[in-house]
Formats: sequence, structure tokens, C-alpha cells
Amino acid sequence: MSIIRGARALVLFFYRFVVGDDPTVAAVVLVSLVMTGALVVHAINAWWLAPLTGVVMTSVSLWRRRAALTRGH
Amino acid sequence: MNGIGIVLLTTFLASSVEAIEMVTIVIGVGVTRGWRSAVLGTVAGFAVLAAIVAFLGAALAAIPIGPLRLLVGALLLLFGLQWYRKGIVRVATRGLAGMQVGAVEDDEVPSAGIDWTSFLLAFKGVLLEGLEVALIVVSFGATAGQLGPAIVAGAAAIVVVGAIGLAINPLVARIPRSLLQLIVGTLLASFGTFWALEGLGVNWPQGDLDIALLLTFYGASAAASIAVEQRARRNGLRVALS
Repeated sequence: MSIIRGARALVLFFYRFVVGDDPTVAAVVLVSLVMTGALVVHAINAWWLAPLTGVVMTSVSLWRRRAALTRGH
Repeated sequence: MNGIGIVLLTTFLASSVEAIEMVTIVIGVGVTRGWRSAVLGTVAGFAVLAAIVAFLGAALAAIPIGPLRLLVGALLLLFGLQWYRKGIVRVATRGLAGMQVGAVEDDEVPSAGIDWTSFLLAFKGVLLEGLEVALIVVSFGATAGQLGPAIVAGAAAIVVVGAIGLAINPLVARIPRSLLQLIVGTLLASFGTFWALEGLGVNWPQGDLDIALLLTFYGASAAASIAVEQRARRNGLRVALS
């Protein structure tokens, strides 16, 4: 049982470490990395895609947080 | 300058760039989340690095650094963006006064035992950057037939940059925690972006200088987001009072 508990805690830790409290940001940023890799394979040096995605998704996440707080009032 | 001098200087300078990245991550994590686990992660990183170097020796050059950069970079980017976002919210809410040291309630820093987040961040930073220093040492040293001086220069770069990092640590500790979290989040996201894309085979137009461009981009975006958050907060307050 303690092994299962330990494994579950480890999985939970890595989930929190990588994904955090907004899975959408992590998912879209990962997709942007995959797309960057695909573009590089086709000789398009898309260095701008991931940082742009990171910033846009942060803004989207902050906007959703503000909207949720407003609804809570 | 003779052959040994050139190898010493070029290896020292190239290794210093990697060592700065390593030390920046360790100090940022140590000051923000506590030193115990950051130091343990650093020691573990150096221990694994030493084992890899001792085992592989000159065969280090065969390590596929690209996939390693992609893995470590992607993890740092994802984690860095979490702190980046939290830092924006905290600076917008509390201003540059930040919050009191020790009151990191929603970061879940354990009061006892190992803080694995801190440990892993320091461990990955030391292992990846340490491997890059080792690769620089092997490639510069082996090419010039001066492996001994190259090893000395690589080790000296880590020691010198580490000592400078320790010297400025008290200054870093004076930065308000909310702002520090935003700064460290910006650093992790910038380094993570840089390494992950390098691992994918992207050619950065200005090479390592593009880290500064990424820091500026993430920093400027954070400033804009803080302004938006503060305006929304003021508008919300006005509505609540009316």
C-alpha cells in the first residue's frame, strides 16, 4: 500500500511540477513546441512561436482568472 | 598568446556563459524557495555529472545533447510559466512591497523534509549546464590537444561564477518575494524556451544573445500584464463601491 501511495504522490508531484493549476497553458505550450519541431523539419526557423504562445497563454490564463473572480462576486 | 593560453581563455569564457545560467537558476530557486533543497539538488547534480564524466571521459561528445536540452528546456519552460503567472498576479496585487519572507502559502514549500520542486530545478540546471561545460572542455581541449588546461579552465569558470553568485546572494535576498518570483519565473521561462527550441534544432538568430531578447520579451509582457491586472482590480473596486 505504501508503494502505491508513494507512486501516487510522485505522479501528483510531477503533474503539479509540469502542469500546475492551469492545464490549458501547459497543453498549448507543448503543442507549440511540437509545431515548432514540425516547422523546423520543413526548414522554417520558427524561434518566435513558443515564446509568443507562452505569453499569449499566460494572458489568457490571467483573463480567465479575472473572469472567474468577477463571477464569484 | 600561446596555444595553452588560447585554450584556457576560450574554454573559460565559453564555460562561463553556461556557468552563469547554472548559478542564476540555483540562486533564484534558493532565494525564492529556501536553500536546503536547492543545495541538495546542486550537490546531486554535480554528483551525477561527475559520475557521467568519469564513466564516459572523452566519449562525452557522443551524448545526444539535443534531446536532453529539449526535455530539460520544456520542463523549465512549463514550470517557469507557472511562476511567471503567479509573479504577475502577486506584483499586481501587492505591488513591489511584496509579501513577507516565509509566507509562501500557495507555493506549498514544505516546512520539513525535502522540497522536491526546488531540488529538481537546481538538479536539472546543474546537470544540463554542467554537461554543456564538460562538452565545451572536451571539444576545445581535444581539438587543440590540450585537455588538461581545458579542464582547469572549465572548472575555474564554474568556481569563479559560483563565487560571484554567492557574493551577490545577499543583494538578491533583499528583493521583495513577489517581484523575485516574477524575476525567477521570467528567467526559467526564458532559459527553458531557449534550451527547448535549441533541442528542437531551431537556430537562434543571435545565438546565446537571444536569451537577453527572450528576457526582455517576457519582462515587457509581464509589465503589460501587471498594468492590465491592476486596472481590472481598480475597476472592480469601483464597481464594488458604487
